[in-house]
Amino acid sequence: MTRILPEIAATALVIFSRFITAARAIWLGCAPENRRRVYFANHTSNGDFVLVWAVLPHRLRQKTRPVAASDYWLKSRLRAFIGQQVFRAVLINRIPAERTEDPVTQMAQALDAGDSLILFPEGRRNTGEDLLLPFKSGLYHLARMRPEVDLVPVWIENLNRVLPKGEVIPIPLICTVTFGAALHLAGGETKDAFLGRAAAALRALAATTERPRA
Amino acid sequence: MIAGTSAAGLALLVGGLLAVLLAATGIGRMLQARYSPDGSNAVVENLNDRIRSWWIMVVLMGTALIGGHAGVTLLFAFCSFAALREVITLQDIRRSDHWALLAAFFVALPAQYVLIYTEWYGLYSILIPVYAFLLIPIIAVLRGDTEGFLMRVAGVQWALMICVYCISHVPALLSLDIPGYEGRNVMLIAFLILVVQTSDVAQYVWGKLLGRTRISPDVSPSKTLEGLIGGALSAILIGVALSWITPFTPWQAGLLSFVIVMLGFLGGLVMSAIKRDRGVKDWGHLIAGHGGMTDRMDSVIFAAPIFFHLVRYGWSLT
Repeated sequence: MTRILPEIAATALVIFSRFITAARAIWLGCAPENRRRVYFANHTSNGDFVLVWAVLPHRLRQKTRPVAASDYWLKSRLRAFIGQQVFRAVLINRIPAERTEDPVTQMAQALDAGDSLILFPEGRRNTGEDLLLPFKSGLYHLARMRPEVDLVPVWIENLNRVLPKGEVIPIPLICTVTFGAALHLAGGETKDAFLGRAAAALRALAATTERPRA
Repeated sequence: MIAGTSAAGLALLVGGLLAVLLAATGIGRMLQARYSPDGSNAVVENLNDRIRSWWIMVVLMGTALIGGHAGVTLLFAFCSFAALREVITLQDIRRSDHWALLAAFFVALPAQYVLIYTEWYGLYSILIPVYAFLLIPIIAVLRGDTEGFLMRVAGVQWALMICVYCISHVPALLSLDIPGYEGRNVMLIAFLILVVQTSDVAQYVWGKLLGRTRISPDVSPSKTLEGLIGGALSAILIGVALSWITPFTPWQAGLLSFVIVMLGFLGGLVMSAIKRDRGVKDWGHLIAGHGGMTDRMDSVIFAAPIFFHLVRYGWSLT
């Protein structure tokens, strides 16, 4: 019974995001398979993980949880309902001094329970002109803690134009979500080398997306 | 909604369409069994994708026609929405265009279709060419960003004209008041769509069979003179054959079909030029095998307003 309301809300959100963005998944480097994965994506808009979530096949969507900031998602009762019940987000505390749990351990636990994750390694929304902000180290630590899990790069195109930071109502524009080939931590790879490789994989995906010439 | 005589005509029309689609599906399957059993022949696979999409489009069209005035208006409002979404996506918009685009999508588009539905000809004819034309640049300028300003406001206005104003003239056909043709206006829409789409399909088929002379290799390499002539003749024949569902004599139906076909062809050329400039092959991916909504509608877009005005001045009392 308690799952009915979140299910309805989830379906409504998926339909709404499809209506606005006609979102389309492009499976370039991997297939939509039922495996434990960490989808790591660029982050420019609050709608980002809804979009990744919306283009996943229903069965995968039910087993995929976003990693999100608790300070944002626990602010009001509505947000808490959406974050915890609808998206089943893994809520992590962005402020190290206030932490009672280690974020990487929280993510590893979710993976151990059989779920996949959506992670934004930039840590916050990118509003600048650069394609990506420097990655936080969480992705590296997670890759070290669970080396067998596939780390799939995901490039979200256009959503930054649909809902720029500071705007409330989205404008309808077509978005694509491109999934690349899975990465794993190589033996002896340093943190900087690995994060550099992960960022390069995202940039390479960005280059494949159709875009009007500037 | 739909009068008795019209219902019988509609049933005949739908029956004929279903027969054509069934035949096309059969031929598609045969071609697939012969030339592309493993799905490797791109032309045959695309043809079958197109036929599958045709089924969906015919069912949608049929449902809308049964739904009468409201159903048809809603269907084309959705077509406008999907087309506008595609055309705006290909433009260089900036963050400061957000309000202007919200006004285009959520004010201008619904307002246009409400006016079409309430048959307010005097206002829906000028809503976008006058009011949106003036108000959208005003909204844009209030955000204070001047970079590429003319290109940006011109792009939004052009997209509104193409995707909303022109497409809305299809359901506007329902508002015409033609003596002796009461309650059958929905057949004017069927006539327009069937002539345009026959022309598109026949140009594609004749072009594939006989196409040699390219008309505009720099804009649209697939358009050939042989395809155009074959497609135009086929569509005019269909138009003449359909004159019984219209208020036109066979001659008039043929001439109107000629106008529709030429506008559709040239409109397709214009839309191809934009796609080429933007570096894309299709406007979108909404309709399997056809590309986006705008790819499927491009000929209708250019033909609809002219057809509407010709019929309005030539036959209608309003």
